[in-house]
Amino acid sequence: MVRYQRWLQAGAFYFLVAITGSLLPGTYYVTLLNLIGLHIIIVLGLNLLMGYAGQISLGHAAFFGLGAYTSAILTTTYKVDPVLGLLAGLLLSGLVAVVVGIPALKLKGYYLAMATLGFGIIVAIAFQQMDWLTGGPSGFMGIPPFRLLGWSFKTPTTGFFFVWTVVGLILFLSLNIVDSRIGRALRAIHDSETAALAMGVDAQRLKLLIFVVSALYASLAGSLLAHTTNFIAPSSFGFMFSIKLVTMVVVGGMASIWGSLLGAAVLTILPELLAVFHDLEVVIFGLILMVVMIFLPRGLVRGLLDLWEFRQRKQQGR
Amino acid sequence: MAPPCPAFFWTEQQCAGGPGSPLISGIPLEKLAELLQYLFSGLTNGAIYALIGIGFSIIFNATAIINFAQGEFVMLGALVAIALHSLGLSLPLAFGLAVSAVTLIGLVFERLAIRSAREATAISLIIITVGGGVLIKGLAMLIWGKDAYTLPPFSGQEPLVFAGATILPQSLWIMALTILLVVGLEAFLHFTILGKAMRAASFNPVAARLVGIRVSQMVQFSFALSAALGAAAGVLIAPITLGVYDMGTMLGLKGFCAAVIGGLGSIFGVVLGGLLLGVAEALASGLISSGYRDAVAFLILLLVLFFRPQGLIGRRPSRSS
Repeated sequence: MVRYQRWLQAGAFYFLVAITGSLLPGTYYVTLLNLIGLHIIIVLGLNLLMGYAGQISLGHAAFFGLGAYTSAILTTTYKVDPVLGLLAGLLLSGLVAVVVGIPALKLKGYYLAMATLGFGIIVAIAFQQMDWLTGGPSGFMGIPPFRLLGWSFKTPTTGFFFVWTVVGLILFLSLNIVDSRIGRALRAIHDSETAALAMGVDAQRLKLLIFVVSALYASLAGSLLAHTTNFIAPSSFGFMFSIKLVTMVVVGGMASIWGSLLGAAVLTILPELLAVFHDLEVVIFGLILMVVMIFLPRGLVRGLLDLWEFRQRKQQGR
Repeated sequence: MAPPCPAFFWTEQQCAGGPGSPLISGIPLEKLAELLQYLFSGLTNGAIYALIGIGFSIIFNATAIINFAQGEFVMLGALVAIALHSLGLSLPLAFGLAVSAVTLIGLVFERLAIRSAREATAISLIIITVGGGVLIKGLAMLIWGKDAYTLPPFSGQEPLVFAGATILPQSLWIMALTILLVVGLEAFLHFTILGKAMRAASFNPVAARLVGIRVSQMVQFSFALSAALGAAAGVLIAPITLGVYDMGTMLGLKGFCAAVIGGLGSIFGVVLGGLLLGVAEALASGLISSGYRDAVAFLILLLVLFFRPQGLIGRRPSRSS
């Protein structure tokens, strides 16, 4: 039954992607949709970590950057095949995630947040300072488009189909992880780590596993970013972007896979909409972050549902 | 032959002699002077980090919240003082008014952002304070633009020469006022009724409420106090670094590192953490590479968190969050 439903969802998802892709109005919207897709990939991973395993990371932009820079440097400077570049990025991010994750995941709550924050900032500084390798603060230019089995995703529209095909794969992989034995064990850790341990769940190993999985998602998105925009700069991978990712997870709703899609989309589109206000943009963005968190702490979908139910009940009461 | 140097005070010219300069236990004097120079600039920055870090520590102890907007209080302190001074107010008056104004902003921030989100989780509170920081920074950019402003030093521009190294009078002001503020704060927390009530509320809010302490007022007071400390740090550092709308973010994060390194529970721990951090940064940027200066703070932060998460002299946190 569940499997049947999953195929139906997948069909609907790819049908929507195909329709959108063939109706796309202009380059601007394609680029924006591609960016949303990439953010969705990272947010799905981060939601597995935050929403299901209950571990916060304020440094996920670092893995996004590691993927992007590995792909960029290998394919541009060393003319390596993009597929190999992407795999190398995954390998590097995975290794870094293991090395950082083993000591960091022993910490809890705020202390884990601080450790991941520190890690993220160190990596961002390295991107800026290693200018012989990364091009420094001015960025890395001229990254070739992705090539796969003789296909080259040169135009934004072919890039769109490529990115969103990957988004679909990651989405259904995540849904399967959540419904699997691992997903149930993760929810157990989230509710009570002690109880999960008593039931024979190896909490430390599972937390590390999900940390690595979420790092791999971010790295994959980074590689795709490098190949679809052809230009990356260290400012895209700093502390503020890590915070933005966490915000996407929370706005979409913790432990809600479909909410992650919404959270990533809303927070990617919002700065574009606010751009008309010029200098006011930052002010309004900050204000919206605060207001959503204060009044809808369970995320946009759950929060609006709660409000609606509250009103229903109030009306019935009369 | 280089002239012999006086025991304590000598000028740069006298002792900056090349290969012939006298040796102290095998280290050339000019090298010693260089190290002393790093120590001075490190202690100056370290004192500022300590003041900001104490702000983090006060709020964390009262509410178990990490206030990511703390660095913006520092920026506001600097920019408001600069604005008031340029209107013709004297420096001490501008200092006092800027600190009071930012204290007020801290109170408003607590009332609007934190109190309304009492039930929120740690993650939501992180995002709320980050959002608040973004908001304050954005408003500052609207008001002051992206230009950097200067504030004259409290007394004199002329650097003092000490053992071959130079030190700005402003650095001495920073260190002296930091010591004064820290001692004053400790005295306040231990010897006044209000200070004792604040500590009681942070040790055990329920018990404090039972003996008649209004915990929510103490929380509000802790925000005011840490905003004031942040603003003071901003006014103190402004003559050295200039005041810009985006100066607060990095300073705030460094202060936060200082607080964690020293241990969030103890004020003297935070001071130690700040000074250590400042000196380590100065040494790293002088001896290794200035580009990685900012990374040093976070590297030390990671090492402390991994090997001694309660901080160098902190006790285990009484409240897990």
